[in-house]
Amino acid sequence: MSSRPDLTRREALSGLSAAGALPVLPAALATAPRRGGRIRVASISSSSADTLDPAKGALSTDYVRHFMLYSGLTQFSDGLTPRLALAEAFETSDRVRWSIRLRKGVEFHDGSPLTAADVVYSLLRHKTPALGSKVKTIADQILEARVTGPQALEIRLSGPNADLPAILATSHFVIIKDGAHDFRTANGTGPYRLRAFNPGVRTIVSRNPNYWKPGRPYLDEIELIGIPDEVSRVNALLSGDVHLVNAINPRSTRRIAASHRHGIIETRSGLYTDMILRQDRAPTGDPNFVLAMKHLFDRELICKALYRGYATVANDQPIPPGHPYYFPGLPQRTHDPDRARFLLKKAGLLNLRLPVYASPAADGSVDMASILQEQAGQIGLRLAVNRVPSDGYWSNHWMKHPLTFGNTNPRPTADLLFSLFYKSDAAWNESGWKSDRFDQLLLAARGEADEARRKQMYAEMQILVHDKGGVVIPVFISSLDAFDRRLKGFRSIATGGLMGYAFAEYVWLEG
Amino acid sequence: MTTLQLILKRLGAAALTLLLVSMIVFTISSLLPGDAASETLGQSATPEAVAALRAQLGLNEPAPARYLHWLGSLFTGDPGRSMSSDLPVRTLIASRLPKSLFLAGLTALIATPIALALGVAAAMRKDSTLDRGLSLLTLSMVAAPEFLVATLGVLLFAVKLRWLPSITLIPEHPSALDLLRAYALPVATLAFGVIAQMARMTRAALIDQLQQPYAEMATLKGLSRPRVVLVHALPNAAGPVANAIALSLSYLLGGAIIVETIFNYPGIASLMVDAVTSRDMPLLQACAMIFCAAYLALVLIADVCAILSNPRLRQA
Repeated sequence: MSSRPDLTRREALSGLSAAGALPVLPAALATAPRRGGRIRVASISSSSADTLDPAKGALSTDYVRHFMLYSGLTQFSDGLTPRLALAEAFETSDRVRWSIRLRKGVEFHDGSPLTAADVVYSLLRHKTPALGSKVKTIADQILEARVTGPQALEIRLSGPNADLPAILATSHFVIIKDGAHDFRTANGTGPYRLRAFNPGVRTIVSRNPNYWKPGRPYLDEIELIGIPDEVSRVNALLSGDVHLVNAINPRSTRRIAASHRHGIIETRSGLYTDMILRQDRAPTGDPNFVLAMKHLFDRELICKALYRGYATVANDQPIPPGHPYYFPGLPQRTHDPDRARFLLKKAGLLNLRLPVYASPAADGSVDMASILQEQAGQIGLRLAVNRVPSDGYWSNHWMKHPLTFGNTNPRPTADLLFSLFYKSDAAWNESGWKSDRFDQLLLAARGEADEARRKQMYAEMQILVHDKGGVVIPVFISSLDAFDRRLKGFRSIATGGLMGYAFAEYVWLEG
Repeated sequence: MTTLQLILKRLGAAALTLLLVSMIVFTISSLLPGDAASETLGQSATPEAVAALRAQLGLNEPAPARYLHWLGSLFTGDPGRSMSSDLPVRTLIASRLPKSLFLAGLTALIATPIALALGVAAAMRKDSTLDRGLSLLTLSMVAAPEFLVATLGVLLFAVKLRWLPSITLIPEHPSALDLLRAYALPVATLAFGVIAQMARMTRAALIDQLQQPYAEMATLKGLSRPRVVLVHALPNAAGPVANAIALSLSYLLGGAIIVETIFNYPGIASLMVDAVTSRDMPLLQACAMIFCAAYLALVLIADVCAILSNPRLRQA
């Protein structure tokens, strides 16, 4: 996000500088939006843990539901640059104190007007430990939020963070009514109103005629269900029972492509499965060993064979191409078994036998481990792949052995990603990698006013992780949605599948 | 001992079994790695967050105390609150159990007469071409795994022909046609295996009876084969047949997990799977207890049928 000091946040936010915007499909432009119609959408997950409480949203189905019913202060409507939504102005001079003015005339589904008190309540509740908010650690940087007028509030952070508008665009931070605590029903300002909610079964929403974006949304009704089984989900789409599905396995793309009634949309995302080499354990802490493993991964093969091309080759650092802070100058690390062998020999680690823990919990890790095992064998490193069940993987294996796999969902900002997974003292610093220089840069970048310097800092952080970090990131995995071609306006938004989980307000049904 | 006493004795035994089962269910479910607090927070579980949630969910109490607490509330008919959704377990189960019962009941209603007819027909003409043909058919039906039958059914009838929906979608106000379409594939898949099982066991039980001296006597007296089978052998085979039916039906309730998954059917089996993955103990335990109770009830009914149909058992 651009943030020159001479530019107010408002201008910056509403400007058309969408760095990560993906091209809009021609199909979306071909016809004018049509009002009416009912669609059924099947998402990957649905269980009794389904929730109407934005703080508890854990899975894509929850995010979709929350974006149907609620709106945020900001939103990602195309690229990775947040735009103003419920906020009419979002300004700061020092990135610590932010003043927000709310859009006028916005109504909750029960008819009550949106006020600053609702926003303050919605933001501060995440800090309550007993709530169990998924974003408590992020919300903790909000030291204070107070009402400064009926439509105005001020937020004070614990330190400068230029990414606040992006953070507040995620589904967890959507705005609920002041004092709301019973989430058997939902009262939001979103494009749809709740008609029925049955956890693990279905959510039915109908159009909110008083939505604050004039003319939107288009559909009369959406039924959101979950079909956890991928084959069943694809079958439901192909048989015409549902109009839209997410989380398609690349293996199913051929079946869908064979149907002229259906289309596939690829969202290139920052999702990755990484191999974690614990830096505090032997032999994975040896820098030669780390570099050898990084050269041992055949990224092209993983891209083609595992993901059928629906992935992007990565370079051992977590910022994906297309991200505003992506540093293109970093040379791509290649598959080089000879160099890996040389490095292992240098470290005296050839002919070693090492267990690797892989699990279906970390998408693709079992197959990656098998490919790696084969290639390691050829240079004299014997890897024993331990395939462990998803159940309990994150608490019992992840980061607990010298060699494990992790899986990281895209985060809205580079700062969040680095703070959560790479900062020396982060709880999920997967490899236990310590770098003072990295930590300094991370803190400095949060408060850096000069955009070019900030970009430079992020570039240096990417170089540090690429060169010295203890994780191997072979590819970024694309998320795949498939849809009925009668559904129009469906495109890709880089923050996640299903148009960044917010497809509901953009799509319409033809014929 | 009178029949009534005998039945009461069985009832007592069932109650005792249920109590033991409750202990086993509680013990085994607490052996699962992780708890509701760490599963709810998933990859994002920090020690403080887990501790806060654990305290809130009452997971800090020692296990025996939690067991007694749970058992006590179970007796008063309240299985507690679901940890993952914060809804009463009763509400969750009430929305799912009728659906599972309906699916099981409908399958039983269709499968039982067909299975009995096939079993009787095969037994009547033992070793004939019909019997061999039926044997081959039922054996292959038993051998075909459910997921294969269901997947092939979906590919053919839903994706290719588009006659039936691939998942069970029941509108809020369903018409008879809606229901017929929605249930056709799941019921057919479940009935496929159940019919075969029941038919084979009916045949075996009947043939067993037909080898008894009394059946031979009846044949020697010149009674027709259908009369020997239907009037003499069948009533005596009622016990084993009832048992076979009871076993198949209990399978329909709890064993329908695969069918519920493939057809996305919102039944109680998938609810229990959800409960296991989210470590939602109150829900998991309640589901397990329902399955055990249903199983015991069905076996009890089968026993009673056997007792009533066989005077010798009443003397035992």
